[in-house]
Amino acid sequence: MKGDHHMILRVIAKCLIPLILIYAFYVQFHGEVGPGGAFQAGVIIAVALILYALVFGLTATMRAVPPWFTRALAAVGVLIYAGVGFWALLSGGDYLEYQALFGEPPGEHHGQHAGIIIIEIGVLCAVSGAMTTIFYALAGRVAEIRDEDW
Amino acid sequence: MILETLLVSAPDWAIRHSTVLIPIVPLIVAPVLAMSPSARLAWVASIAATAASLYFALLTLAIVQSSTGGVISYHVGNWPPPIGIEFRVDALNAMILLIVTGMGFLASIFAWPSVIAEISRPKIGLFLCAFLLCFAGLCGVASTGDAFNLFVFLEISSLSTYVLVAMGAGRDRRALPAAFDYLIMGTLGASFYIIGVGFLYAATGTLNMADIAAQLPALAGNRSVQVGFAFIIVGLGLKAAMWPLHQWLPNAYAYSPSFVTMFLAATATKVALYALIRWLFTIFQPDFAFEQALFTWVLAPLGIAAMVICSFQAVFQTDVRRMLAYSSVAQVGYMILGVSLGTAIGVSSGLLHLFNHALMKGALFMAVAGICLNVQGTTIRDFAGLGRTAPFTMTAFAIAGLSLIGVPLTAGFISKLQLGYALFEHGWWWAVLLVVFSSFLAVFYIGRVLQAVFFQAPANPSKHRKEAPLLLLVPLWVLALANIYFGIDASFPAGLARDGAVAALGLEAFR
Repeated sequence: MKGDHHMILRVIAKCLIPLILIYAFYVQFHGEVGPGGAFQAGVIIAVALILYALVFGLTATMRAVPPWFTRALAAVGVLIYAGVGFWALLSGGDYLEYQALFGEPPGEHHGQHAGIIIIEIGVLCAVSGAMTTIFYALAGRVAEIRDEDW
Repeated sequence: MILETLLVSAPDWAIRHSTVLIPIVPLIVAPVLAMSPSARLAWVASIAATAASLYFALLTLAIVQSSTGGVISYHVGNWPPPIGIEFRVDALNAMILLIVTGMGFLASIFAWPSVIAEISRPKIGLFLCAFLLCFAGLCGVASTGDAFNLFVFLEISSLSTYVLVAMGAGRDRRALPAAFDYLIMGTLGASFYIIGVGFLYAATGTLNMADIAAQLPALAGNRSVQVGFAFIIVGLGLKAAMWPLHQWLPNAYAYSPSFVTMFLAATATKVALYALIRWLFTIFQPDFAFEQALFTWVLAPLGIAAMVICSFQAVFQTDVRRMLAYSSVAQVGYMILGVSLGTAIGVSSGLLHLFNHALMKGALFMAVAGICLNVQGTTIRDFAGLGRTAPFTMTAFAIAGLSLIGVPLTAGFISKLQLGYALFEHGWWWAVLLVVFSSFLAVFYIGRVLQAVFFQAPANPSKHRKEAPLLLLVPLWVLALANIYFGIDASFPAGLARDGAVAALGLEAFR
């Protein structure tokens, strides 16, 4: 490719993006025992996509991860979160009462464990989807008046 | 009575979870709408969601009225209150919830003809999703008993409101700066609120409203409590469009899609005002010395300034929607004035006006929305002669307009009468004169429109009728007839307002 002075950037970005994604999942699942959680992990996933868009261009990114998908991801995230709440309602508990999810006796905590993990996955979807959607909306904006027309 | 049959026929799960289901049902339907492929399907789903909320709000009201303590407390996640989030509904919350869900239901019915005309079709699903989020946020503010949770719901409703206002850009580009102004001012208001909550948290160590209220008497004179109080009042005042903080409102109402204007005018400032009352009376008890001074020297002058100055501004507007928007600020002034008396009868007159104002502004903006469908532009000149081409729409507009003025046999008269009683009892006869004067100004600004509508020849006479579609006329006439019905038999809203004031002030019930 002629005059490809972005070669180093491309190679490094290709190496880094998988690592960033893995780190996002580390933050997600390590959030249980240390600092971190789904908000941070969602932003990190979005960062990986934004880095891809910066290096390889917006059209390539939108081909890989289409805008309808990021929008749907954000919506599904909210649905997962609220859905766990309704699941608890249907199992006879109060809204978002994790203890009631599997109808366990008071001593056991599988419901607490599962509930928080599912909810965090919902938050991960919602945050990464919303972040990417916002980025697409800002980056994909075309100026309505060209600079020369002012 | 209807409420009792509702209570008897309701299943157990609905009675147990009704408080939390009011905001949660629209909240879970909203993301589905965002993915909905069909605009019509999205509209039907939004009606179903608001109808469900209305049902649960009525049920909640029935439970509150029939229970002895008059308070429903729901523990989200089954965590007991000072630690977990509590949904706490008493007579005041139940009244606000009824207004929000009722107006939301009527708004979502008439959404179809109005939205299809003003919003591009692929965006309708997302638009209605934002509407349901706003609706859910407002319901959440009105039902939660947790100071921080209130902030979260306030932001849910505000952020979606900014989007809704900006959607008016398809019709008028000035919607964009209006939405941006609202964004800045609304965010300032929300930040002030959360800063205030932070100060209170530092002083009391709790976020539960009832718990804060229980701890405050021991902290009398604490500087951080006073600072927190000031921040909260200013923040909520911004959201409620209290007089000098109302600059975002006229443009936001004038340029947003007409459906949004109607919904916001009937609910958004009301909910912020509810939060203000909740903080002023339930959390900070009025016997705080600085609060007494605040009522007399800050809130009352601001309320009076709003109702006089903004009524004057309304008289000089040429655009009907801007005129109604200024009138909204003036009406908020009446409510603030009622609240600023700090007595049970004052608060109840403020609440009664809040209820009636939702009815009349809802009807007025809905009629304007119907006119927007057929007439380009909403200046008073565009309204000329519409009394002949759109008689049903304009008659409803006239009824609601008369109610706004406060003509006898309409709801507006009852609430102004109540406010007058409250002011007289307090010895503020001069304020009564100002209320009458400001109503007199309302005669002018409503009269200008009515004169154009019924007594001027149409600007461009044409044979075809410009009546609004049936989907709009039905909710419009429901509101217009409610204005007359509650003007003749005000026992239902007056009872709600009285119980609400009693609940806010924490007095013994005097039903």
